[in-house]
Amino acid sequence: MLKNKKNGWLAIPYTIWAIIFILIPLVMIFYYGLVNRNGDFTLENIAAITEPEHIKALGLSMLLSLIATLICIILAYPLAMILSKLGLKQNSFIVLIFILPMWMNFLLRTLAWQTLLEKTGVINQLLAMLHLPALNIINTPYAIVLGMVYNFLPFMVLPIYNSLIRLDQDVINAAKDLGANNLHTFTRVIFPLSLPGVISGVTMVFIPALTTFVISNLLGGSKILLIGNVIEEEFTQAGNWNLGSGLSLVMMIFILISMVISAIADKDGEGGML
Amino acid sequence: MANKLINLVNITKSYHNHVVLDDLNLYIRENEFLTLLGPSGCGKTTTLRLIGGFEQPDSGEIMFDDEDITSLAPNKRQVNTVFQKYALFTHMTIAENIAFGLKLKNKSRAYIDDKIKYALKLVNLDGFENRRPDSLSGGQQQRIAIARAIVNEPKVLLLDEPLGALDLKLRQDMQYELIRLKNELGITFIYVTHDQEEALTMSDTIVVMNQGYIQQIGTPEDIYNEPQNAFVADFIGDSNLIDSIMVEDRLVSFLDAKWKCVDEGFGSNTPVDVVIRPEDVILDAPGKGTIDGLVTHVIFKGVHYEMEVMANGFEWLVHSTIMHPVGEKVSIFVDPFNIQIMHKPESEDEEAGYVEE
Amino acid sequence: MKRFLERFYVAVIFIFLYAPIVTLIVLSFNNSRTRAKWGGFTFKWYSSLLQNHTIMDALYNTLLIALISALAATIIGTITCIALNRMQSKTKAVLLGITNIPMLNADIVTGISLMLLFISFGFRFGFNTILLAHITFNIPYVILNVMPKFKQLNPNTFEAALDLGASPVYAFFKVVFPDILPGILSGFLMAFTMSLDDFIITHFTKGAGIDTISTKVYTEVKKGIKPEMYALSTIIFITVFVLLLIINAAPVKKKKQGELQ
Repeated sequence: MLKNKKNGWLAIPYTIWAIIFILIPLVMIFYYGLVNRNGDFTLENIAAITEPEHIKALGLSMLLSLIATLICIILAYPLAMILSKLGLKQNSFIVLIFILPMWMNFLLRTLAWQTLLEKTGVINQLLAMLHLPALNIINTPYAIVLGMVYNFLPFMVLPIYNSLIRLDQDVINAAKDLGANNLHTFTRVIFPLSLPGVISGVTMVFIPALTTFVISNLLGGSKILLIGNVIEEEFTQAGNWNLGSGLSLVMMIFILISMVISAIADKDGEGGML
Repeated sequence: MANKLINLVNITKSYHNHVVLDDLNLYIRENEFLTLLGPSGCGKTTTLRLIGGFEQPDSGEIMFDDEDITSLAPNKRQVNTVFQKYALFTHMTIAENIAFGLKLKNKSRAYIDDKIKYALKLVNLDGFENRRPDSLSGGQQQRIAIARAIVNEPKVLLLDEPLGALDLKLRQDMQYELIRLKNELGITFIYVTHDQEEALTMSDTIVVMNQGYIQQIGTPEDIYNEPQNAFVADFIGDSNLIDSIMVEDRLVSFLDAKWKCVDEGFGSNTPVDVVIRPEDVILDAPGKGTIDGLVTHVIFKGVHYEMEVMANGFEWLVHSTIMHPVGEKVSIFVDPFNIQIMHKPESEDEEAGYVEE
Repeated sequence: MKRFLERFYVAVIFIFLYAPIVTLIVLSFNNSRTRAKWGGFTFKWYSSLLQNHTIMDALYNTLLIALISALAATIIGTITCIALNRMQSKTKAVLLGITNIPMLNADIVTGISLMLLFISFGFRFGFNTILLAHITFNIPYVILNVMPKFKQLNPNTFEAALDLGASPVYAFFKVVFPDILPGILSGFLMAFTMSLDDFIITHFTKGAGIDTISTKVYTEVKKGIKPEMYALSTIIFITVFVLLLIINAAPVKKKKQGELQ
């Protein structure tokens, strides 16, 4: 069973499943995106991205998701370093702490930020007590960025943490032995070696942030539209699947670019959550 | 010989209440090839890491050229280390690995390039500049690790079981390479190993360690021919180790017989250990030697026969080029010069024994 | 000082991650219908939760979909890993590449692509379409967890079992299965969690008459969340938290014993 090649047939059920539920659906998006309502070939669904409303949504999505990704790196790297130095034998505990919030519904967790951020919310009451100016970011792009960072930070921490704990302590010792101080050891050895983890984290944060429609809906009020909101509305409210598919194709180009970058940077597949 | 380059004074180090080194004193002279030899957990690697600066002793001090370097950071020490699993930087090319230390010292591009060439030539890997560490074999990675260390012109090179991961043939080749390197560079080597053959082949001085204590310091010949206690005798080579009584100067009694020896000064009727190397046991016709026995096992080993002889309740290990078949009655004789008398261990701590890691 | 700063930093991040959760737990005891103000402590949402049929139905759907989809994904995923383990590297790379798509792709794209599929092939939207979608995005997580276990496996143990007279199936369950079981279990748990927490894909593949907790919350956002929802999520969270504490405490003990031996 392990040695001979007779077991190839065991992959058949999943292969069929993958064709029906992964590949064909993707083909459907391409099909719908490249035809009009009458089924004739057209590029206008894709060209629709240039409409001011759409290009603005895409631009804002890019901007906010890039900012959120950057903040995630800045917050996650030191955290991962501190955690990796703890030398806890069971790193499952660390993973657990970051997975645990997922068991509280994602929408409710994000909604809870409304309560925290409101004009008379918990945070502002605390700030008032400390005689600090109030924080009025609810229903602004700042709140959306906060929601993105909050939701996706664990996906940045875990891969970086994993690449850091896998570092051979003697490689770090070797750098010091050869005359590197702490800063040089970090910039020339530790950081480059943990880069696969960072890159894997970037994809895992950037793609969901770029494509979200929920976070913007819950924390941005109804006025701020991201590309995800535009697409979602085309499918659920406007009912224009062709336009929705066309815009999805444009969005997928950016997803693809970010995946290719991460694949090139992480040839050995050393990053990753597990 | 030359002066004391490194001096470890009253070093004690423990992990989690487990004492690894207990009041260790050791000096290393300039230009010597010194080997720390002992079983796993004897403290040899810890000693090396203390000199490298990767560990701090709980007490005691480390002197380098008469300067206290006990708490000096590793990057400020004039020593470089060759790590057990090489610890090459996998994200850099071979050239970048070797240049690492030199770039940090802001050496010129030309100087660095020269050094890389020189170092690669020295370890017989010319032309490997642009290869990646993971495309190299274990032996090649080992040479790069050495090259990376020596371009920094350290006064001392620390080597932590560097040949442990290599196969036998390669290990033997590398032993000669290391001796050659040492002679060409003219610097001090401190070498850690559990392999007695490596230690005997390469060292000027061997330090035998066990359970955090130094058991014996000496030249390879001293260590092999005149082990100071049962642990050293047992750890270095095969030996017959026998409980004995030193009757008087130059006379020792064991296995119900009295044997002439050459040692003096143990007092009279003192319990001692006797060690006799298997190749020093001479078999002859019954009645001709000191005691009689019976051959119980014979194995052909190529260079010699290895035989076991039961005589007066002790199973003797004998190496000889003359074969005596199983069941043959023989007598045993040992030249007085080859009977090595050792003091019994004074404390429990010094008791011989292997510690598994 | 450095130590203090490190601790402080970790604490701040943890407050950031857990503040919303604490907020929700507090709200579940709030004797006021709006989440904006505190109306005193009460347990009433917990008791009215049981009478709220729409929420209980959503909970039932959520748990059932999570359970069935995780089970189905675990079985399909594990069987696939057996095959993948011995496949030619090219076919394997292609299949693993396809498997990566739902994991790396945006949920919204996976959701609408499945929606288009179900529409085009005339599926009736409802429980079944959600289930199919969840199995689809769960299989990759199982494969991700089980595949490394196969790689770590010593192929000689299986051969040794055959050598000693075991049939391949018997040998698989006696020798191979115990070694990959941890991967299967973690794959199942991950799949279950992903299914439970999913909103986006469910949003696009559910029909009009059915809700999971996520979609129920989403429809309630504009009308105002019913406080029973806070009570329900608090119960789920605390249950999982306690379970995980127990599970996490158990292997530690075993490990310690192992070290002593």
